Amino acid sequence: MATRTSPADETETGTGTVRSGADWQAGEHVRRWPGRLFAALTAGATALGLALLGVLLLLVTLDAFAVFRPEPAWLDFGFLTSAPSRFPDRAGIYPALLGSIYMALLLSVLTFPIGVGAAIYLEEYARESRLTRLIQLNIANLAGVPSVVYGILGLALFVRTLSLPNGSLLVGAATVGLLVLPIVVISAQEAIRAVPDSLRQASYGMGATRWQTVRRVVLPQAFPGILTGTILALGRAIGETAPLIMIGAPATLFLAPSGVLEKFSAMPRQIFAWSDAPQPEFQYGVVAAGVVVLVSVLLVMNATAIYLRYRTQR
Amino acid sequence: MTKTRLRQPSEPTGEQGSFHTATDHRLSRRTFVAGAGLVGATALAGCLGTDTADAGSLSGEVAIAGSSTVFPVSVAVAEEFRAEYPDVQVSVDSTGTGGGFGNFFCEGLTQINDASRPIQPEEEQQCADNGVTPLEFQVAIDALTVVVNAEADWVDCMTVDELRRVWEPNGAERWSDIRPEWPDEEFELYGAAPTSGTFDYLTEAIVGEEDSHREDYQATEQDNTIVTGVAGSRYAMGYFGYAYFVGNDDANIKAISVDDGAGCVAPSLETAKAGEYSPLSRPLFIYVSQESLSRLEVQEFVRFYLESSGTSLISDVGYVPMPEEDVQANLDRFESIVAQVE
Repeated sequence: MATRTSPADETETGTGTVRSGADWQAGEHVRRWPGRLFAALTAGATALGLALLGVLLLLVTLDAFAVFRPEPAWLDFGFLTSAPSRFPDRAGIYPALLGSIYMALLLSVLTFPIGVGAAIYLEEYARESRLTRLIQLNIANLAGVPSVVYGILGLALFVRTLSLPNGSLLVGAATVGLLVLPIVVISAQEAIRAVPDSLRQASYGMGATRWQTVRRVVLPQAFPGILTGTILALGRAIGETAPLIMIGAPATLFLAPSGVLEKFSAMPRQIFAWSDAPQPEFQYGVVAAGVVVLVSVLLVMNATAIYLRYRTQR
Repeated sequence: MTKTRLRQPSEPTGEQGSFHTATDHRLSRRTFVAGAGLVGATALAGCLGTDTADAGSLSGEVAIAGSSTVFPVSVAVAEEFRAEYPDVQVSVDSTGTGGGFGNFFCEGLTQINDASRPIQPEEEQQCADNGVTPLEFQVAIDALTVVVNAEADWVDCMTVDELRRVWEPNGAERWSDIRPEWPDEEFELYGAAPTSGTFDYLTEAIVGEEDSHREDYQATEQDNTIVTGVAGSRYAMGYFGYAYFVGNDDANIKAISVDDGAGCVAPSLETAKAGEYSPLSRPLFIYVSQESLSRLEVQEFVRFYLESSGTSLISDVGYVPMPEEDVQANLDRFESIVAQVE
C-alpha cells in the first residue's frame, strides 16, 4: 500500500481496478502524514524558542522586582534616575541609559542617509557589473564580521588617526554605526527589490524620469521595509558591548554625556561591570534590573518600528 | 491605478489610493520631520545638563582604567567625590592592570591607572615615549586570597611550597600529587588572566619569578567567573582580591590559610595589616599622570583619593586602609609635585 504515493502510480497500473473508498482513504493518509509531522516539528521549534525567551524574561523580571525576596524591588523609578553606586540599593542606570539612547540617535543620523543612499544607488542606478557584484559581496561579508573587529577599526580610525577623544559619544556612535551599516544597506536593498517592477514600468510609461520614479514610486513603496531594517539594526547597536570596550567607553560613570565629544557609557557596558561586582546583590538584583531596562528600551524601539510601518503602509 | 498622468505639484490632491498621491507627499514630509527630530534631539543632547545644582567650582573629566581588583575602590571614591563636585565627570573602567597601562594610561588617554602591582619597565618606557610621567601612590593593602570549594574538607591550610607546586608551569595534575592522603582527583584551576596585576603578583609571590604561571588553567579578568567556577566543583582552586571573597561569603567557597614558615595564617584585614599574611599581602596602587595634574579637577580628585585611602571607605570595599602616617606622607609628596607642576 505504501508504494502508492502519487496519483501517477494509479494511472500506470492501468488495469482499471476499482479502489474502495476505505482503501483510497488509507492511501491519502499515507500521503499526508509526512506533511503533518513536518508542520508539527516546525511548530515545536517555534514554541521552544518562544518558551526559552519567555522563561528568561520571566526569571530576570522576577529578579528585577525582587518578587520572592524580602528586599524592595531593584527596578524602581530611582533606578532610572540615579547614577551608579557602590551600594546596590542606591545604584542606578541613568548615565548609561541616556548614553545608549544618545548613541542610538546619533548613530541613526550617521548611518541612515549613507546606508539607504548606498542601497538606492546599488538597486536603482548602478549597472550590473563586476564592480557592483564585488561591492555586493563585500557588504554581505561585512555583515558577518565579528563586532570586536569593528571596535579595533574604530579605535585605529577615529581615535588614533582622527584624534577624536576616546570613549566619546561620537566615536562610539561612528564605530557601532560602521558595524550596523551593512545591515542597513542589505535590508534597504531588499525592501527596494521587493517593489514590483510593473510599478516602475508604469511610471516610465507615463513619461516619468528615473528620479521621479525613485522619488515618487519606489521609495514610498519601500519605505516601511527600509524603516524596519533600520530599527532592527538599531536594536543590534544598542546591545553591542565589545566595540565599546575597544574604543574605551568606560564601564561606570556618574553623569550623562553633555556633548558628542564627551565620554559616555552604554547599558551593556554598565550591566557587564555590575555582573563582576563583589557583592551578590549586584549580581542578581541590579544586573536583572539593568537587563529589564535594556530589553524594555529594545521593545519600545521595535514597537515604534511597527507603528511607523503601519502608519506608512496605510 | 485610477490616475493616468503625473500630478503637477500645484494641483490639489483630491484622491487617495493611487501610488503617487498626497500620501507620498505627506510621507516625505513625515520622514523629513522624523529626520529633523533626530538631528534636533542629538543637538539637544548637547545642551541637556544633568545637574542643575550650582556646583560651579569644578568641571571637566577624570578618566580611570586598570586593575579589576582596585576598580571597586575607585568607584567608591568617585561616588563620594561626586557628592562634593557634581559637575566633574569621573569615568572608571576595569581593564586589568596591564591593559590599563598599555592601552590607555601610557597612550595618554586616561589620567589615572588602577594597579595591583608596580609598573613594569616596558610600561614605563611606553609612557616615556608618549610624554606621560607616572606617579605611584599606594592606596590600600589587599590580602590576595586563594580559595577552594567549601566541600573540599581535606584542605584548610597549604604551605607556600605546596601552592607553588600547584601554580608553577607543568604543576601538579592531581590533589594527591601534593599530599598523598589527598584525593586522587584532577585539579580544576581558575585564575587571573596574564594582563592582570593579580596574575603577576601571585606568580612572583608564590612561584618566585615573572611569567612562570602554569598555562593550563581557566584565565579570566572577571573575578566572579572564578567564584562561580570554584563554587561549582569540589576539586577546584582559584585566587582573587580579598574584596571578592568578602562579597561572596555566601557562595560555596572557602579561603585557604597560607603557611609561610610561621604557621597557618588565614587571609583577613587584620592579618594583612599586621603583615602576618605573607607572602600574599600586597599593596594596591593608583598611578597618576603628572602632566594631567595641571588640570584642577584631576588634582582635586587625586587629593580626595589619597585622603580617602586612610578611611573606612577602603575597608567597606574589602581592603585594608593605609596607616595615618603613610596617608600624610603621600599627601606631602603629592602637594610638592603639584607645586612643581604649577
